[in-house]
Amino acid sequence: MRYKTTIDGTVYGFADLKDLLAKATPERSGDQLAGVAAEGPVERLAAQMALADLPLKAFLAEALIPVETDEVSRLIMERHDKAAFAPISSLTVGEFREWLLRAETAQRQLEAVTFGLTPEMVAAVSKIMRLQDLISVASKREVVTRFRSTIGLKGRLSTRNQPNHPTDDSHGIAASAIDGLLMGSGDAVIGVNPATDTADDYIRIVSLLDELRARLSIPTQTCCLGHVTTAMKAIAAKAPVDLVFQSIAGSQKANEGFGVSLSLLKEAHEAVRSLGRGAIDASLMYFETGQGAALSADANFGVDQQTMEARAYAVAREFSPLLVNTVVGFIGPEYLFNGKQIIRAGLEDHFCGKLLGLPMGVDVCYTNHADADQEDMDALLTLLCAANVNFVITVPGADDVMLNYQSLAHHDAVYCRETLKRPPAPEFERWLLDIGLIDGAGRLLEAPPKLAGYLADARLLGA
Amino acid sequence: MADELDRKSAVSIDLREMTQARVLLGRFGAGLPTRAAQSFLLDHARARQAVWSEVDWASVRAGLVDLKLGIVEVESQAGDRATYIRRPDLGRKLSWQATERLADIRSDYDVLIVVADGLSASAIDTNAVSLARAIVAHLYARQLSIAPLVLASQARVALGDPIAEIAGTRISIVIIGERPGLSAADSVGVYVTCSPCPGTPDSRRNCISNIRNGGLTVGSAAIGVASLVVDMLKTGISGVGLKDASMGLPRD
Repeated sequence: MRYKTTIDGTVYGFADLKDLLAKATPERSGDQLAGVAAEGPVERLAAQMALADLPLKAFLAEALIPVETDEVSRLIMERHDKAAFAPISSLTVGEFREWLLRAETAQRQLEAVTFGLTPEMVAAVSKIMRLQDLISVASKREVVTRFRSTIGLKGRLSTRNQPNHPTDDSHGIAASAIDGLLMGSGDAVIGVNPATDTADDYIRIVSLLDELRARLSIPTQTCCLGHVTTAMKAIAAKAPVDLVFQSIAGSQKANEGFGVSLSLLKEAHEAVRSLGRGAIDASLMYFETGQGAALSADANFGVDQQTMEARAYAVAREFSPLLVNTVVGFIGPEYLFNGKQIIRAGLEDHFCGKLLGLPMGVDVCYTNHADADQEDMDALLTLLCAANVNFVITVPGADDVMLNYQSLAHHDAVYCRETLKRPPAPEFERWLLDIGLIDGAGRLLEAPPKLAGYLADARLLGA
Repeated sequence: MADELDRKSAVSIDLREMTQARVLLGRFGAGLPTRAAQSFLLDHARARQAVWSEVDWASVRAGLVDLKLGIVEVESQAGDRATYIRRPDLGRKLSWQATERLADIRSDYDVLIVVADGLSASAIDTNAVSLARAIVAHLYARQLSIAPLVLASQARVALGDPIAEIAGTRISIVIIGERPGLSAADSVGVYVTCSPCPGTPDSRRNCISNIRNGGLTVGSAAIGVASLVVDMLKTGISGVGLKDASMGLPRD
């Protein structure tokens, strides 16, 4: 036993680093499914106490998944910046938590250590932080990205308008996107998860979204969330591709399960840049992640799901994405059983992503086989706003009619703007004001004549 | 409440005619109108019920028996619904009794069709029989041989892999109840896999989803499935590589 804690005369031992991390993880069904979780609350606390005494340096000495067989482990070790790590290199995980919480540790200090931190260090410290800790630290870490809108400014909340349709019908997608726009949603991206998977459909979807964006001069981006290889075909055909999307995970094998590798992502990134649709500093990639993705592909290698999730962020930050979001409650109750587990995981993912320098958003969501409901989403959304989340996803009436799960409603973004005082990206806020959708105080108004005129024409979309 | 929204009047066309999504719900501040809020809660209650019900297998069997393919009923190692929800790993493994029952069907068929409950009993109750029959008709039209039909309970998609391995078929078609949504608790998905065996990654499967009244029709889905099967038999490939591999194939 490499790691030990003694509580009331009982010695709790942990075989190795990944065993210690897994047993220190707050309870969740996915780790129990994987057979790596602590047996009970006392063993969990023993692991958390041992973890608190562990030097951060220990994570540089031992890769959780061998570098010889895993390109994500190699990437993590290669990108570690010793100079950036220097100010915190002598700390234990417990001391690192205290350093993060100190008032003196602000944006400048957090930004400076970004590439000195590995996903494992960040995951480790999150395991000994309660929700309030996760919120107060994350809220200090501003990560701003730009394309046509500026996303992630402190005190603002952007939204992805997700106008999915069960058969990718052009009119259906347009109707849903317009409904979202009328509710003031879509400054992070207007992004469709396609039900189809051909390059022709991909091109049709990005073209109709681009037409909508251009005709209304909306300062935002559009995206079809098809596979990266489909996106590359569309780019080769010179389709209006603003952002390349891909689902990613924290091990090479899990990414192979998604049909991607680091080299393929690099190729896609270069391809989308070649279209020249954004300014030189524009970010052009969009990633989604979620705890449990690696385990569901049998590619977790005995590592707990939250640490695997943080490792996916090492993949994401390699490509300077515009947007990253965890689809936290989508994967189902075998990974996050109920509202309590989903809420904690959402805040953990946001915290870890931000510390690693990612423009982190969250799809605040759940499925009908999970023990969760819209009240749990109210709680998570409110907590995420306190944590300064970059963006959330909204759909009509919280009901995604293509993916069959519940996300947030466009209404929930109105709640954030008007009750929590979180306006959208400044460019989009100006657009809402100019077109007459909000008043000077940011309050949503009725559909203005300018938009109503456009809507009369909307049936032409995609025709 | 003159300043509250009823945008219907301001918009010259009705977005509700263009999508079944919950568009133009109206609002009071950030809140939903009471009726819309309660309608959502009712749909959620129904969806949860779909997850926790059992398929009426007797009626599925009755709807398929005249195809004269033979029918074998199997179950996974997840003994009940509660275990099934928490333990997808068990839902991918055959019970040993089921393995024994399947031993008799071993032969070299081209295609195996599995009807699996998945996460929605009502999806299978509503759509599985008509979809399975339509797929069988398309496969027969292409002179393909079909193994006895397998009805699988407490089953995940990957339960098709050990079944196909025992049956020795080149292609597996798993018709499965999808995770219910609010407006669609009866949606079926079909997963088609070439050379299926335990451990097959999801990237080696092709999926056609949202098959239901109001989504993709049974007829279109069956055509899509048959075309995938034909491409897989010609190329020996399924999953993300299939599109490219089948690009040069002549279409029939």
